[in-house]
Amino acid sequence: MIRRTFLTLAASAAALSLAGAASADTIKIGASAPQSGPLAGGAAMTHWPNVRMWVEEINEAGGLQVGDQQMTIELIEYDDRTSNEEAVRNIQRLATQDQVDFIVTPYSTGINIATAPMIAQYNYPHITTSAATDGVPEFVERWPNSFWLLGTSRQLAMGMVSALERMREAGEIGNRVALVHVADAFGLELMSAGKPALEEAGFEIVYESSYPLGTQDVAPIISAAIAAEPDAFVAFSYPGDTFALTEQAQIQDMQVGAFYTGVGTAFPSFRNRFGDAAEGIMGIGGINIDDERIQDYIDRHQAATGQEPDYWASAYTYAGLQILGQAIEAAGSLDREAVIEQIRTGTFDTVLGEMTLENNANPNVWTTGQWVDGVFRAVSADGLDIAADPVRKEGWD
Amino acid sequence: MTIIVTGILLGGTYALIAMGLTLQYGVARIMNLANGETLVAACFIAFWLFTAYHINPLLGLLVIAPAAFVINGAIYWYLLKPLVDRAKNRGQLEVDSILATFGLLFLLQGIMILAFGGAYFSYTFLAERFMILGSPYGLNRVVAFVAAAVIAVGLYIYLFHTRQGTAVRAVAVDPTSANLVAIDVARTAMIAFALGGALTACGGALLSTFYTFNASMGVVFTMKALIIVIMGGVGDVRGAVIAALVLGIAETAVASLIDPGLTIAATYALFILVLLFRPQGIFGRQQS
Repeated sequence: MIRRTFLTLAASAAALSLAGAASADTIKIGASAPQSGPLAGGAAMTHWPNVRMWVEEINEAGGLQVGDQQMTIELIEYDDRTSNEEAVRNIQRLATQDQVDFIVTPYSTGINIATAPMIAQYNYPHITTSAATDGVPEFVERWPNSFWLLGTSRQLAMGMVSALERMREAGEIGNRVALVHVADAFGLELMSAGKPALEEAGFEIVYESSYPLGTQDVAPIISAAIAAEPDAFVAFSYPGDTFALTEQAQIQDMQVGAFYTGVGTAFPSFRNRFGDAAEGIMGIGGINIDDERIQDYIDRHQAATGQEPDYWASAYTYAGLQILGQAIEAAGSLDREAVIEQIRTGTFDTVLGEMTLENNANPNVWTTGQWVDGVFRAVSADGLDIAADPVRKEGWD
Repeated sequence: MTIIVTGILLGGTYALIAMGLTLQYGVARIMNLANGETLVAACFIAFWLFTAYHINPLLGLLVIAPAAFVINGAIYWYLLKPLVDRAKNRGQLEVDSILATFGLLFLLQGIMILAFGGAYFSYTFLAERFMILGSPYGLNRVVAFVAAAVIAVGLYIYLFHTRQGTAVRAVAVDPTSANLVAIDVARTAMIAFALGGALTACGGALLSTFYTFNASMGVVFTMKALIIVIMGGVGDVRGAVIAALVLGIAETAVASLIDPGLTIAATYALFILVLLFRPQGIFGRQQS
């Protein structure tokens, strides 16, 4: 009986060690982002396709080279229902129950900031790619495991001001600006950076207002803006209102030389919806589509996910994942502190070019794009080449 | 002047959202929290018919409305009628129906997310300039308003000038008394619920011509519809239409004359005022 027990113990020990070895071949990566709720649309456009595409590509190539092993990625997805509380709970579940090795960044400024403390508590590398906020220096100090790729709201707002300034210098528009924003963290941050910057650059703000999140009945806003006779119309808006404001401006035939809207302008569906009327509309983001890495990325995205990427945060989301993968390989292990150190100090080959982070932030971002001939090309950038200078918007037909 | 016209157009939009719920709540006594999901589902069907088969949404109504009628009727008969039969009083039925339709909301939302994903959808239909009294308005909104008016008039004729419709109104007043005058309450409630669903679906198809929608937006519409239904008096379609118009004009006036940021505050302020001074709603009857 003792021998039988001993044999059983030995057999199960052997089986356990084999099982242990088998599961050590995969890297568990958790991803929590909206699949329902107000930001589900944005995440479905910008976030999830890139996450799934990256995991698929890595696994098809055999996995990441971690030290002397090739390890494939096991992706665990959770829906945070666009709720900060749900997102924090998901992070906790991923860390304690699923015991993932790494976590993909959440989606949107608000949710990234809300989950950052929890992610920092477990010391996961947190490479944000869809958070645009002026709090980056403060956040980096508080959470040294966090990295911010998309730029600050100030950079994005300044990009818009720079584009308008250049157009005014070229004599294409005058001095009068109508400025509206959605009453949400994103809109408020951009407004607090953008309004003083416009005034400093000598622009006159002839109409200013805000509207609640989710508003799609914007006829009064456009009417009032038109009545103020602006040369340029700027809206810090979210996808629903971006589309609504543009449609109303088209219907009421707003005659401005520059028309700028916020999130959603860079979506291919914006161009598909408005067709020729989209010509000359500016918005947040833009990428250099002349770069072959970007073109290759767009082709691969279309082939793998069946949809075009957007012309703003999609490429950054993919680049953030590339950085994570390369940092893991450079560290040679799944040790989170080592990977964080790699991200902080290394140079990475991404679809956005060679990236080296300064103080945990990406200083080089495209800030403003413009639809010209069906392509959303970069017209303002910090530290990167733009595709062209902005052109005047000539009517809506 | 533009404020009034814009406000009336907006009121027409709101009426489309609310007419269905007032029938469902007022007659079938079901607080249908999944009402918004029916609306969004209709948006998706209209979008699909338009982009895949180039079927005009107005023609698509001929398909969407009957389909919604049948599906909502089935939902009432198999899911909600057992609750009605079981409820000992109206309060219990309300609680039960809220819980049941709340679950239905997530079920329908989940199906739509599975089928269409979470992305935003929109399409361009009649997004042209239409001049009324010298000012430009979206033709799609004008068409939606005209359709809303036609539907409202049709509904009025049905409810006030036909036998079936009068039975529906009778059940709205008091189901027990209606039973006593040989009205088949269960069947009438089912028809009212199904009709409410069909109306909401018509609203959804028309709204999809100028709103950007995604699978998760149902709740927003349900909340708006709820306010309008309660303001107008539960169960009375005339009240819902009047309340919708009042709300549309008030919102547009506030957005134009005061601040667009106060539209939601204005909506709820109006709601509170109505509840303070006339809790049964504009056309509602006093609780006896």
